Amino acid sequence: MRALNTLMGRMQRLRSPFVIAALIGVTALLGLLVYGLSHTGPDRDIDDSLAKGERKPAPDFDLPRLGGGGRRTLADYRGKVVVLNVWGSWCDPCRSESPLLERWHKRISRDGRGTLLGVDVLDNTPDARAFVREYGLTYPQLKDPSDELRPEYGVAGVPETIVIDPRGRIAAVKRGPVDDAFMRREVAPLVEAGA
Amino acid sequence: MRRVAGLLLAVVCLALPAAATAADCRPRTTLGDVENEVMCPVCGTPLALATEAPQANRERAFIQDLVDDCLSKDQIKNRLVAEYGSEVLATPDDSGFDLAATLVPALAVLLGGGAVTAAALQWRRSRRRDGPADGDPSGPAPGGAASERLQDDLDRYGR
Repeated sequence: MRALNTLMGRMQRLRSPFVIAALIGVTALLGLLVYGLSHTGPDRDIDDSLAKGERKPAPDFDLPRLGGGGRRTLADYRGKVVVLNVWGSWCDPCRSESPLLERWHKRISRDGRGTLLGVDVLDNTPDARAFVREYGLTYPQLKDPSDELRPEYGVAGVPETIVIDPRGRIAAVKRGPVDDAFMRREVAPLVEAGA
Repeated sequence: MRRVAGLLLAVVCLALPAAATAADCRPRTTLGDVENEVMCPVCGTPLALATEAPQANRERAFIQDLVDDCLSKDQIKNRLVAEYGSEVLATPDDSGFDLAATLVPALAVLLGGGAVTAAALQWRRSRRRDGPADGDPSGPAPGGAASERLQDDLDRYGR
Protein backbone atom coordinates (compact mmCIF):
# COMPACT_ATOMS: atom_id res chain seq x y z
CA MET A 1 0.00 0.00 0.00
CA ARG A 2 2.81 2.34 0.89
CA ALA A 3 4.63 1.56 -2.33
CA LEU A 4 1.47 2.38 -4.25
CA ASN A 5 1.17 5.69 -2.45
CA THR A 6 4.78 6.50 -3.30
CA LEU A 7 4.16 5.69 -6.93
CA MET A 8 1.04 7.86 -6.99
CA GLY A 9 3.03 10.70 -5.46
CA ARG A 10 5.68 10.40 -8.15
CA MET A 11 3.03 10.33 -10.87
CA GLN A 12 1.51 13.52 -9.49
CA ARG A 13 4.92 15.16 -9.62
CA LEU A 14 5.20 14.14 -13.29
CA ARG A 15 2.05 16.13 -14.03
CA SER A 16 3.93 19.35 -13.34
CA PRO A 17 3.36 21.80 -16.24
CA PHE A 18 7.08 22.10 -16.81
CA VAL A 19 7.53 18.36 -17.17
CA ILE A 20 4.62 18.27 -19.62
CA ALA A 21 6.19 21.17 -21.55
CA ALA A 22 9.52 19.32 -21.67
CA LEU A 23 7.77 16.22 -22.99
CA ILE A 24 6.08 18.31 -25.69
CA GLY A 25 9.47 19.76 -26.63
CA VAL A 26 11.08 16.33 -26.91
CA THR A 27 8.13 15.03 -28.95
CA ALA A 28 8.37 18.01 -31.32
CA LEU A 29 12.11 17.42 -31.77
CA LEU A 30 11.52 13.74 -32.52
CA GLY A 31 8.76 14.67 -34.99
CA LEU A 32 11.06 17.12 -36.72
CA LEU A 33 13.79 14.49 -36.95
CA VAL A 34 11.41 11.92 -38.45
CA TYR A 35 10.03 14.48 -40.93
CA GLY A 36 13.53 15.58 -41.93
CA LEU A 37 14.74 12.02 -42.44
CA SER A 38 11.68 11.04 -44.46
CA HIS A 39 12.00 14.05 -46.78
CA THR A 40 15.72 14.01 -47.52
CA GLY A 41 15.65 11.69 -50.53
CA PRO A 42 14.61 12.72 -54.03
CA ASP A 43 11.06 12.20 -55.27
CA ARG A 44 10.85 8.84 -57.08
CA ASP A 45 7.25 9.13 -58.37
CA ILE A 46 8.43 9.30 -61.98
CA ASP A 47 10.59 6.20 -61.67
CA ASP A 48 7.79 4.30 -59.93
CA SER A 49 5.30 5.21 -62.67
CA LEU A 50 7.72 4.16 -65.39
CA ALA A 51 8.33 0.85 -63.62
CA LYS A 52 4.56 0.25 -63.78
CA GLY A 53 4.55 1.11 -67.48
CA GLU A 54 2.77 4.44 -66.92
CA ARG A 55 3.79 7.77 -68.40
CA LYS A 56 3.24 10.70 -66.07
CA PRO A 57 2.68 14.19 -67.49
CA ALA A 58 5.98 16.06 -67.46
CA PRO A 59 5.86 19.04 -65.07
CA ASP A 60 5.96 22.27 -67.05
CA PHE A 61 8.72 24.80 -66.42
CA ASP A 62 9.50 28.34 -67.42
CA LEU A 63 13.24 28.95 -67.44
CA PRO A 64 15.58 31.62 -68.82
CA ARG A 65 17.85 30.77 -71.70
CA LEU A 66 21.48 30.31 -70.72
CA GLY A 67 23.20 33.64 -71.22
CA GLY A 68 19.97 35.59 -71.67
CA GLY A 69 17.68 36.04 -74.64
CA GLY A 70 14.26 35.23 -73.26
CA ARG A 71 12.66 32.27 -71.60
CA ARG A 72 11.38 28.87 -72.66
CA THR A 73 8.66 26.62 -71.31
CA LEU A 74 8.22 22.92 -71.87
CA ALA A 75 4.93 23.72 -73.60
CA ASP A 76 6.94 25.50 -76.33
CA TYR A 77 8.14 22.05 -77.46
CA ARG A 78 4.78 20.27 -77.41
CA GLY A 79 4.50 17.91 -80.38
CA LYS A 80 8.22 17.09 -80.32
CA VAL A 81 10.23 14.47 -78.53
CA VAL A 82 12.20 16.39 -75.90
CA VAL A 83 15.36 14.91 -74.45
CA LEU A 84 15.82 16.99 -71.33
CA ASN A 85 19.41 16.81 -70.14
CA VAL A 86 20.24 18.24 -66.70
CA TRP A 87 23.91 19.12 -66.46
CA GLY A 88 26.56 21.34 -64.86
CA SER A 89 29.88 22.50 -66.26
CA TRP A 90 31.68 21.20 -63.14
CA CYS A 91 30.46 17.66 -63.70
CA ASP A 92 32.89 15.26 -65.38
CA PRO A 93 30.31 12.72 -66.62
CA CYS A 94 28.48 15.64 -68.28
CA ARG A 95 31.61 16.26 -70.31
CA SER A 96 31.87 12.67 -71.43
CA GLU A 97 28.24 12.47 -72.60
CA SER A 98 28.11 15.85 -74.36
CA PRO A 99 29.45 14.72 -77.78
CA LEU A 100 26.90 11.89 -77.83
CA LEU A 101 24.06 14.27 -76.96
CA GLU A 102 25.10 16.68 -79.70
CA ARG A 103 25.16 13.84 -82.25
CA TRP A 104 21.68 12.74 -81.20
CA HIS A 105 20.36 16.29 -81.31
CA LYS A 106 21.49 16.60 -84.91
CA ARG A 107 19.88 13.28 -85.68
CA ILE A 108 16.46 13.87 -84.10
CA SER A 109 16.10 17.54 -84.93
CA ARG A 110 16.81 17.04 -88.64
CA ASP A 111 13.15 16.97 -89.59
CA GLY A 112 11.82 18.83 -86.57
CA ARG A 113 10.53 15.79 -84.71
CA GLY A 114 12.67 16.10 -81.62
CA THR A 115 15.22 18.16 -79.78
CA LEU A 116 17.78 17.96 -77.04
CA LEU A 117 17.16 20.56 -74.35
CA GLY A 118 19.92 21.24 -71.85
CA VAL A 119 19.24 22.63 -68.38
CA ASP A 120 22.27 23.94 -66.54
CA VAL A 121 21.94 23.66 -62.75
CA LEU A 122 23.99 24.73 -59.71
CA ASP A 123 26.41 26.49 -61.98
CA ASN A 124 27.57 29.96 -62.93
CA THR A 125 26.82 31.36 -66.36
CA PRO A 126 30.39 32.10 -67.55
CA ASP A 127 31.52 28.52 -66.83
CA ALA A 128 28.38 27.08 -68.40
CA ARG A 129 28.77 29.14 -71.58
CA ALA A 130 32.42 28.14 -71.83
CA PHE A 131 31.33 24.51 -71.57
CA VAL A 132 28.79 24.94 -74.39
CA ARG A 133 31.44 26.58 -76.59
CA GLU A 134 34.06 23.94 -75.76
CA TYR A 135 31.82 21.05 -76.83
CA GLY A 136 30.18 22.92 -79.69
CA LEU A 137 26.68 22.24 -78.38
CA THR A 138 24.05 23.58 -80.73
CA TYR A 139 20.90 22.51 -78.92
CA PRO A 140 18.93 24.99 -76.78
CA GLN A 141 20.27 25.56 -73.29
CA LEU A 142 18.32 26.83 -70.31
CA LYS A 143 19.42 27.83 -66.84
CA ASP A 144 17.65 26.96 -63.61
CA PRO A 145 18.85 29.63 -61.17
CA SER A 146 16.09 28.99 -58.64
CA ASP A 147 16.63 25.23 -58.68
CA GLU A 148 12.95 24.61 -59.42
CA LEU A 149 13.27 21.90 -62.03
CA ARG A 150 15.30 19.35 -60.08
CA PRO A 151 12.73 18.65 -57.34
CA GLU A 152 9.90 18.52 -59.90
CA TYR A 153 11.70 15.83 -61.88
CA GLY A 154 13.25 14.03 -58.90
CA VAL A 155 16.74 14.92 -60.08
CA ALA A 156 19.21 14.04 -57.35
CA GLY A 157 22.49 14.53 -59.22
CA VAL A 158 23.87 15.41 -62.60
CA PRO A 159 23.81 14.39 -65.31
CA GLU A 160 20.29 13.07 -65.56
CA THR A 161 18.22 12.78 -68.70
CA ILE A 162 14.44 12.72 -69.03
CA VAL A 163 12.79 11.70 -72.29
CA ILE A 164 9.45 13.40 -72.91
CA ASP A 165 7.13 12.18 -75.66
CA PRO A 166 5.31 14.49 -78.11
CA ARG A 167 2.23 14.48 -75.85
CA GLY A 168 4.24 15.91 -72.96
CA ARG A 169 4.51 12.70 -70.95
CA ILE A 170 7.66 11.28 -69.39
CA ALA A 171 8.66 8.20 -71.39
CA ALA A 172 12.05 7.37 -69.86
CA VAL A 173 14.56 8.56 -67.30
CA LYS A 174 18.28 8.00 -67.01
CA ARG A 175 19.77 8.82 -63.63
CA GLY A 176 23.41 9.22 -64.65
CA PRO A 177 25.19 9.67 -67.97
CA VAL A 178 23.41 8.38 -71.06
CA ASP A 179 24.95 6.05 -73.59
CA ASP A 180 24.16 5.22 -77.18
CA ALA A 181 22.19 2.11 -76.18
CA PHE A 182 19.82 4.20 -74.02
CA MET A 183 19.26 6.70 -76.81
CA ARG A 184 18.60 3.95 -79.37
CA ARG A 185 16.25 2.12 -77.01
CA GLU A 186 14.29 5.07 -75.56
CA VAL A 187 14.57 8.00 -77.97
CA ALA A 188 14.80 6.56 -81.49
CA PRO A 189 11.44 4.67 -81.33
CA LEU A 190 9.60 7.77 -80.13
CA VAL A 191 11.03 9.87 -82.94
CA GLU A 192 10.28 7.18 -85.54
CA ALA A 193 6.74 6.78 -84.20
CA GLY A 194 6.18 10.48 -84.80
CA ALA A 195 7.27 10.23 -88.42
CA MET B 1 53.73 66.54 -88.71
CA ARG B 2 54.40 68.38 -85.49
CA ARG B 3 50.71 69.22 -85.23
CA VAL B 4 49.75 65.51 -85.54
CA ALA B 5 52.27 64.49 -82.89
CA GLY B 6 50.91 67.14 -80.55
CA LEU B 7 47.40 65.94 -81.13
CA LEU B 8 48.40 62.32 -80.38
CA LEU B 9 50.16 63.41 -77.20
CA ALA B 10 47.06 65.28 -76.07
CA VAL B 11 44.87 62.23 -76.71
CA VAL B 12 47.24 59.96 -74.74
CA CYS B 13 47.38 62.43 -71.86
CA LEU B 14 43.58 62.56 -71.70
CA ALA B 15 43.12 58.78 -72.01
CA LEU B 16 45.69 57.67 -69.42
CA PRO B 17 43.99 58.96 -66.25
CA ALA B 18 40.66 57.48 -67.33
CA ALA B 19 42.22 54.04 -67.97
CA ALA B 20 44.08 54.18 -64.68
CA THR B 21 40.88 54.97 -62.79
CA ALA B 22 39.04 52.04 -64.40
CA ALA B 23 41.77 49.50 -63.65
CA ASP B 24 42.62 50.84 -60.25
CA CYS B 25 39.45 50.15 -58.26
CA ARG B 26 39.99 49.07 -54.70
CA PRO B 27 38.51 45.65 -53.72
CA ARG B 28 35.69 46.12 -51.21
CA THR B 29 35.79 42.62 -49.79
CA THR B 30 37.81 39.40 -49.93
CA LEU B 31 37.18 35.86 -51.07
CA GLY B 32 37.63 34.62 -47.50
CA ASP B 33 35.06 37.06 -46.21
CA VAL B 34 32.44 35.98 -48.74
CA GLU B 35 33.07 32.25 -48.65
CA ASN B 36 32.32 32.17 -44.93
CA GLU B 37 28.76 33.29 -45.64
CA VAL B 38 27.83 31.20 -48.65
CA MET B 39 27.30 27.55 -49.42
CA CYS B 40 28.67 25.24 -52.05
CA PRO B 41 25.25 24.17 -53.42
CA VAL B 42 26.55 20.93 -54.91
CA CYS B 43 28.49 19.83 -51.83
CA GLY B 44 25.75 20.95 -49.41
CA THR B 45 28.37 22.44 -47.08
CA PRO B 46 29.59 25.97 -46.40
CA LEU B 47 31.93 26.96 -49.21
CA ALA B 48 34.81 27.54 -46.78
CA LEU B 49 34.66 23.85 -45.78
CA ALA B 50 34.45 22.49 -49.32
CA THR B 51 38.13 22.45 -50.14
CA GLU B 52 38.31 19.66 -52.73
CA ALA B 53 35.11 19.76 -54.80
CA PRO B 54 35.59 21.09 -58.35
CA GLN B 55 32.31 23.00 -58.12
CA ALA B 56 33.54 24.72 -54.95
CA ASN B 57 36.75 25.76 -56.72
CA ARG B 58 34.76 27.13 -59.66
CA GLU B 59 32.51 29.02 -57.28
CA ARG B 60 35.59 30.47 -55.58
CA ALA B 61 37.01 31.55 -58.93
CA PHE B 62 33.68 33.17 -59.79
CA ILE B 63 33.66 35.04 -56.47
CA GLN B 64 37.29 36.10 -56.91
CA ASP B 65 36.42 37.59 -60.33
CA LEU B 66 33.64 39.60 -58.71
CA VAL B 67 35.97 40.68 -55.89
CA ASP B 68 38.49 41.81 -58.51
CA ASP B 69 35.69 43.79 -60.17
CA CYS B 70 35.36 45.64 -56.83
CA LEU B 71 31.84 44.52 -56.04
CA SER B 72 30.78 44.73 -52.41
CA LYS B 73 30.00 41.62 -50.36
CA ASP B 74 26.25 42.19 -50.71
CA GLN B 75 26.52 42.71 -54.46
CA ILE B 76 28.51 39.48 -54.76
CA LYS B 77 25.95 37.59 -52.70
CA ASN B 78 23.18 38.93 -54.94
CA ARG B 79 25.06 37.74 -58.01
CA LEU B 80 25.53 34.33 -56.42
CA VAL B 81 21.80 34.08 -55.70
CA ALA B 82 21.06 35.02 -59.32
CA GLU B 83 23.34 32.21 -60.49
CA TYR B 84 22.79 29.43 -57.96
CA GLY B 85 19.49 30.30 -56.26
CA SER B 86 18.81 31.34 -52.69
CA GLU B 87 20.21 28.08 -51.30
CA VAL B 88 23.68 29.46 -51.92
CA LEU B 89 23.25 31.70 -48.89
CA ALA B 90 24.26 30.04 -45.65
CA THR B 91 21.03 31.06 -43.96
CA PRO B 92 17.88 28.98 -43.57
CA ASP B 93 14.67 29.88 -45.41
CA ASP B 94 12.11 31.80 -43.40
CA SER B 95 9.35 29.31 -44.19
CA GLY B 96 8.55 25.60 -44.21
CA PHE B 97 10.92 23.00 -42.85
CA ASP B 98 13.85 25.42 -42.47
CA LEU B 99 11.74 27.64 -40.23
CA ALA B 100 10.60 24.66 -38.15
CA ALA B 101 14.19 23.40 -37.93
CA THR B 102 15.14 26.74 -36.38
CA LEU B 103 12.15 27.29 -34.11
CA VAL B 104 11.55 23.80 -32.72
CA PRO B 105 15.03 23.28 -31.21
CA ALA B 106 14.92 26.81 -29.75
CA LEU B 107 11.53 26.06 -28.23
CA ALA B 108 12.77 22.70 -26.94
CA VAL B 109 15.76 24.38 -25.28
CA LEU B 110 13.44 26.91 -23.60
CA LEU B 111 11.08 24.20 -22.39
CA GLY B 112 13.97 22.00 -21.26
CA GLY B 113 15.52 24.90 -19.38
CA GLY B 114 12.18 25.60 -17.71
CA ALA B 115 11.78 21.96 -16.73
CA VAL B 116 15.30 21.80 -15.25
CA THR B 117 14.69 25.02 -13.30
CA ALA B 118 11.38 23.72 -11.98
CA ALA B 119 12.95 20.41 -11.00
CA ALA B 120 15.79 22.23 -9.20
CA LEU B 121 13.32 24.45 -7.32
CA GLN B 122 11.22 21.45 -6.35
CA TRP B 123 14.31 19.58 -5.17
CA ARG B 124 15.38 22.56 -3.06
CA ARG B 125 11.91 22.87 -1.53
CA SER B 126 11.85 19.20 -0.66
CA ARG B 127 15.32 19.49 0.94
CA ARG B 128 14.13 22.40 3.06
CA ARG B 129 11.01 20.51 4.05
CA ASP B 130 12.98 17.42 5.03
CA GLY B 131 15.07 19.37 7.51
CA PRO B 132 18.09 21.65 7.87
CA ALA B 133 21.13 21.10 5.73
CA ASP B 134 23.96 18.78 6.72
CA GLY B 135 26.18 20.16 9.44
CA ASP B 136 23.41 22.24 11.06
CA PRO B 137 23.47 21.13 14.72
CA SER B 138 20.17 22.78 15.59
CA GLY B 139 17.84 20.27 13.91
CA PRO B 140 17.33 16.57 13.62
CA ALA B 141 19.08 14.50 10.93
CA PRO B 142 17.27 14.50 7.58
CA GLY B 143 15.62 11.41 6.14
CA GLY B 144 14.19 8.56 8.07
CA ALA B 145 10.91 6.68 7.83
CA ALA B 146 8.82 9.49 9.37
CA SER B 147 10.09 12.04 6.90
CA GLU B 148 9.38 9.77 3.93
CA ARG B 149 5.87 9.05 5.19
CA LEU B 150 5.20 12.76 5.61
CA GLN B 151 6.39 13.41 2.08
CA ASP B 152 4.11 10.71 0.68
CA ASP B 153 1.14 12.13 2.59
CA LEU B 154 1.85 15.63 1.32
CA ASP B 155 2.13 14.34 -2.24
CA ARG B 156 -1.08 12.36 -1.93
CA TYR B 157 -3.12 15.29 -0.72
CA GLY B 158 -1.63 17.64 -3.19
CA ARG B 159 -0.42 19.91 -0.44
